[in-house]
Amino acid sequence: MADMTVPTGSALLDTLPSPANGQRRRKRRRSAASRWRQVPGYVFLSLAAAASLFPLYFMVVSATNTSRDVLDSRLLPGSNLLANLESLTAGQNLVGALRNSAIIAVLTTVLALIVCSVAGYGFEVFHTKAKDRLMAVLLMAMMIPFAATMIPLFQMFAEVGLFNSWWAVILPAISTPFLILLFRQSARSFPHEILDAARIDGLSELAIFVRIFMPTMRATYAAAAVITFMAAWNNFMWPKVILLTPDAQTMPMLISNLIAGYVTDYGALMLAVLLASLPTMVIFLLLQRAFAEGITGAVK
Amino acid sequence: MPTLTARERPAKERPAKQRPTKRSGFTITRKQNLIGWGFLIPAALLIFAMSFLPMFQALIISLRTGRGANMNFADPLWMNYERLLSDSVFKLTMQNTVIYLVIQVPIMLITALVLANLLNSRRLRLKGFWRTAIFLPCAVSLVSYSMVFRTMFSNDGLVNDVLVGVGILDTPVHWLNETGTARFVIIVGLLWRWTGYNMVFYLAGLQSIDPSTLEAAKVDGAGPIRTFWSVTVPQLRPMILLTVIMSTNGTLQLFDESFNLTNGGPSNTSMTMSHYLYELSFRNAPNFGYAAAISYVILILVAVLALIQMRVGDRRG
Repeated sequence: MADMTVPTGSALLDTLPSPANGQRRRKRRRSAASRWRQVPGYVFLSLAAAASLFPLYFMVVSATNTSRDVLDSRLLPGSNLLANLESLTAGQNLVGALRNSAIIAVLTTVLALIVCSVAGYGFEVFHTKAKDRLMAVLLMAMMIPFAATMIPLFQMFAEVGLFNSWWAVILPAISTPFLILLFRQSARSFPHEILDAARIDGLSELAIFVRIFMPTMRATYAAAAVITFMAAWNNFMWPKVILLTPDAQTMPMLISNLIAGYVTDYGALMLAVLLASLPTMVIFLLLQRAFAEGITGAVK
Repeated sequence: MPTLTARERPAKERPAKQRPTKRSGFTITRKQNLIGWGFLIPAALLIFAMSFLPMFQALIISLRTGRGANMNFADPLWMNYERLLSDSVFKLTMQNTVIYLVIQVPIMLITALVLANLLNSRRLRLKGFWRTAIFLPCAVSLVSYSMVFRTMFSNDGLVNDVLVGVGILDTPVHWLNETGTARFVIIVGLLWRWTGYNMVFYLAGLQSIDPSTLEAAKVDGAGPIRTFWSVTVPQLRPMILLTVIMSTNGTLQLFDESFNLTNGGPSNTSMTMSHYLYELSFRNAPNFGYAAAISYVILILVAVLALIQMRVGDRRG
């Protein structure tokens, strides 16, 4: 890839004012030139931001419009929000689906954060050759597509009678190599002097983890929480396979059902989509800074 | 096996943590080792039970035929795999998946790289706004965004209204009912949903690049574009490798979009492999043996592509 693009780069280079050309000019001229050079960047960012935000705006506005208005491309807020909510709750168990999704997502996130952070910390702090090898094996699980495990998992949960159970959705999502890796990488920046000092003070290994590691790694926990909650809240294929009764269905399943009939109520559909998106958007906006920090900390 | 240990911390740092316990060193180190295993066991057991074990079971199922309790080993054993070769729907779904992979992933990753580089500029204003706006699509579930795009691209929907209104189109296009346009809509949807996600990874990578290398390029007279391709991109190689593998993996497993946005149509021409596998396993007359064989094709594709990508990534690096 790099080989192919370098010629393009140097060809473009000739057409752009380079710092060397501008060196002799006065400072004011140079800063003006560099400001002009930023224009394509701002244009590109504006286009990308508009393209990213427009479908979301469309979703929000359409949730307040009638199905007719949605198809007539009305892009202003309407007054049909309550009617959409009524038609949505009339045909579907909206509260039940929201509750199921919330319970599954929260339990998955809490359990995944505990199990994976403990393991990531363990792999880093107590590492031995054998544990490093185990980590390498676990990392290979990242390459296993869910499709390749779905049928046996389905049979396994059927055997123990966990159809329609939250646990059938939660259990496969708790321990993921990605989260373990994230925590192991950030545990690397955890100073060993603190560990030693705590051990001399007589703290147990578990106490060191709970009282010292967990509070200092808040950003990593935030990043892991955002990633896990979103994945659990948005999961579709597996819940659709294992949750069979209407009472057990989650929000993505409910939304998917809304287009099953011959006539789709687009206003109600967009309202359901909005309701399903609000929790993940709010969580992301709240934890955004910590999320970026956590990812960056793990990369360094 | 240096590739397996995956550790970079220099060995000299390690004795330090054992020093205070030197007097009774052996037992305490040993105790710590055991405690360490205690920390790992829950996570490791779950991964073995929920990923590795089912993966091997799927291999066995893929060698069997029949339904429910009447599953028997096939004769010949590879019968399900043989059947794949003459299954035109399977070939079509594989072709669709490869089309999504080859077109969407490069466009997405290059766009994400350019966006991340722009966002990393020190002089940029409104940095937080741009980053949030471009990442926000990732907060929407795959099913949800599929429905938004389905609505916008419906026959009498927004996209047709705008294009006909502006005069680009004479008559509305049936986006989701024609092969080329249905695939196009899925690709546009994927780009919308995942570009910001990859951008965040590149941003994280960019922040760990030593600014002095960029200064040096500037002193040597390289312009911003040359600096980007010749200095920034090579240093981001590990991150690029990670995103390439993640996107390839994700694309080969596409399901939600195929199921909800186009429902695989028209006549399976936008259906992905995972979607076909779902149809075979859980619709009408389930055929677990054959579906498991398809799941192994996906598994092998993911593994082979990841290996190739890692080798290419390593050689260049």
